[in-house]
Amino acid sequence: MRQLRFDKLGAIIAALALGGAFIAPFATFRANRIVAGEVKSVIDAVPAAWSVALLGIVVCAVIVALVRSPAYLRLAAAFVALAALALGIGVAATHLTPEANTYARVSPASGFWIMLFAFGLLAADALTRLRPAPFVRIVVLAVVLAFASAILLAGAWDGLSILKEYASRVDTFWAEGRRHVTLALGSLVAAIVVGIPLGVLCHRVTRLRDGLLGVLNAIQTIPSIALFGILIAPLGWIAVNVPGAAAIGIRGIGVAPAFVALFLYSLLPVVANTVVGLAGVPRDANDAARGIGMTDWQRLVGIEFPLAFPVILTGIRIVLVQNIGLATIAALIGGGGFGVFVFQGVGQTAMDLVLLGAVPTVVLAFAAAIVLDAVIEMATPNTRQAEAA
Amino acid sequence: MIEIENITKRYGESTVVDDVSLTIAPRTVTVVVGTSGSGKTTLLRMVNRLVEPTSGAIRLDGEDNRSLPGYELRRRIGYAIQGHGLFPHRTVAENIATVPTLLGWERARIDAKVEELLSLFQLDPAAFGPRFPHELSGGQQQRVGVARALAAEPKVLLMDEPFGALDPIIRAKAQDDLLAIQKHFQTTIILVTHDMEEAFHLADRIAVMDKGKVVQYATPTEMLLKPATPFVESLIGAGERPYRLLAIAPVSSAVEPGHAEGVAISSAASQREALAELLWSGRDALPVADPDGAVIGKVSLEGLAKRAAGPT
Ligand SMILES: Nc1ncnc2c1ncn2[C@@H]1O[C@H](COP(=O)(O)OP(=O)(O)O)[C@@H](O)[C@H]1O
Ligand SMILES: [Mg+2]
Repeated sequence: MRQLRFDKLGAIIAALALGGAFIAPFATFRANRIVAGEVKSVIDAVPAAWSVALLGIVVCAVIVALVRSPAYLRLAAAFVALAALALGIGVAATHLTPEANTYARVSPASGFWIMLFAFGLLAADALTRLRPAPFVRIVVLAVVLAFASAILLAGAWDGLSILKEYASRVDTFWAEGRRHVTLALGSLVAAIVVGIPLGVLCHRVTRLRDGLLGVLNAIQTIPSIALFGILIAPLGWIAVNVPGAAAIGIRGIGVAPAFVALFLYSLLPVVANTVVGLAGVPRDANDAARGIGMTDWQRLVGIEFPLAFPVILTGIRIVLVQNIGLATIAALIGGGGFGVFVFQGVGQTAMDLVLLGAVPTVVLAFAAAIVLDAVIEMATPNTRQAEAA
Repeated sequence: MIEIENITKRYGESTVVDDVSLTIAPRTVTVVVGTSGSGKTTLLRMVNRLVEPTSGAIRLDGEDNRSLPGYELRRRIGYAIQGHGLFPHRTVAENIATVPTLLGWERARIDAKVEELLSLFQLDPAAFGPRFPHELSGGQQQRVGVARALAAEPKVLLMDEPFGALDPIIRAKAQDDLLAIQKHFQTTIILVTHDMEEAFHLADRIAVMDKGKVVQYATPTEMLLKPATPFVESLIGAGERPYRLLAIAPVSSAVEPGHAEGVAISSAASQREALAELLWSGRDALPVADPDGAVIGKVSLEGLAKRAAGPT
């Protein structure tokens, strides 16, 4: 008989998942949105049949994680367990909320989050082992998002407090969402438009490189809130003294300083990666390009840029993910975005409202990272063969 | 015809190429040799103006090479370097098509040229055209590098240690191929190397550089018989001289009348190959056959020994 071998990471996942399922509480019930709540275990939170099914699935997935099993089986187990968690928390919300009570709130408790983390880890680990093609990764992401959307549209999570917060803010939620994405993407586009030419310039003019990269590095080390604060004064001055500035929305507080701050943070990764990418272009290729009669422009566009492109894209990926997160802080100075809910929630000690801002931000950043990683891999031609050669 | 006239290149205090003058006849192979750092590459790169000279002039067929912009000049002059310098993100066919595309040739003409060159370099166009450089062996990459340099049918080809990265067997083959190609296209070639063996094998004339100066510019035979300086002599290698002398002349010029036993050697082989065959088989003479296979005489140990002797 084949000996059963244990998986090290699987052991950690198993311990977390079992602790989350049997020791930590699954859901929190509160009479209204700001009072302290009482926690419920899985058995108390969902109907008996559901708790048997949920715990059964968790135990099965834990076994798969614990023994050395094929990666696709581990992935399947992780996804089944995550789906069961997603449905289970919705059931808990309906089950715990008294009939026709609109004040009562049900939210996920520590056990839910621990299991979510454990099985998320299992899925990530299995995906790493499977090394799926970039296109497949995007498909997996799309399927997961479609599944979550289906649950949302079917109303299976409607009983959860985060969605009750959403229900009372439908309009502002989408408006802030648009503002968040505009802020993150807009500053990225500005950073690309300015940063790539700056990177090219730094590559060609060595003396400029050290100075400029030093300044950009220094900007990166300024804490974001401080940078927002620093920008209030000059932008306020511009708004008052430059004709037309106020008309296009430049003010000391609001979107303008948030945009400028995100733009400044974005510059370093874009410029630095452009410089690194261009420096990595093989000397021989550059020399040959010049030697057979390409002009500087033709060499830049035809040889240097395509070869540096994957590295530049990596910089853009860093910026996008960073900006999606940082844009949250823009709310502090009236810039809007999902951060509005986070800071309102903190102010009202309403955790659910904090989540309403935080969860979409995390999902956006996560999706952006996966999509851009896949694009980078697709833009790097023949890497595997090149490494093998 | 390439006329290099009193060309000098200085970087700050150091003179890298020092008042060099050379006249290179059309349709010949000129090899520039010298130790590392002697200024060979710099001299070569001043011909296509990758490096601008401090003083002096270079004329191609009587026309100053500064009479048109550098990049246009370079499109007319082939350029091949060690390590081939192929563009890793472009296919073999795209690499070869680079200069014709820059010159705005029609698609059909470019495709025909790519196909012709690949075939000439013994690479099947259908199989190799669509590949990427990293999918080729070192020898194949090098051939594609030279093919790319020749794509726009330049009259002049500059080569900087083009075979430096190849192993000895492939290198010898690449050298023979280059000579065949040179005959085919009637190209004027300036080739830089630090390998004397290569220089004697390829050159119509050799220019020896030392510390930025050309210390001797002569045919291989002249250089062997009358090295201009002790430096040239040491570069040739005293122990190698007789063999080099035999290596640069064909058997056909050493044929004697008479009969010899055994398998005939081709009259196109070098006299050094004939000597090696004689020594190895322990015989005094070998029959010699012309390219059609007809025996035209013999080559003898005694005859070769006289030819290998230096001036007295
Ligand atoms: N751009 C440059 N700036 C300063 N010195 C250079 C430059 N290019 C070459 N040199 C110097 O010129 C000398 C000759 O170089 P090179 O022509 O490459 O020699 P070779 O090809 O014979 O090895 C070397 O000492 C080298 O350091
Ligand atoms: Mg050199």
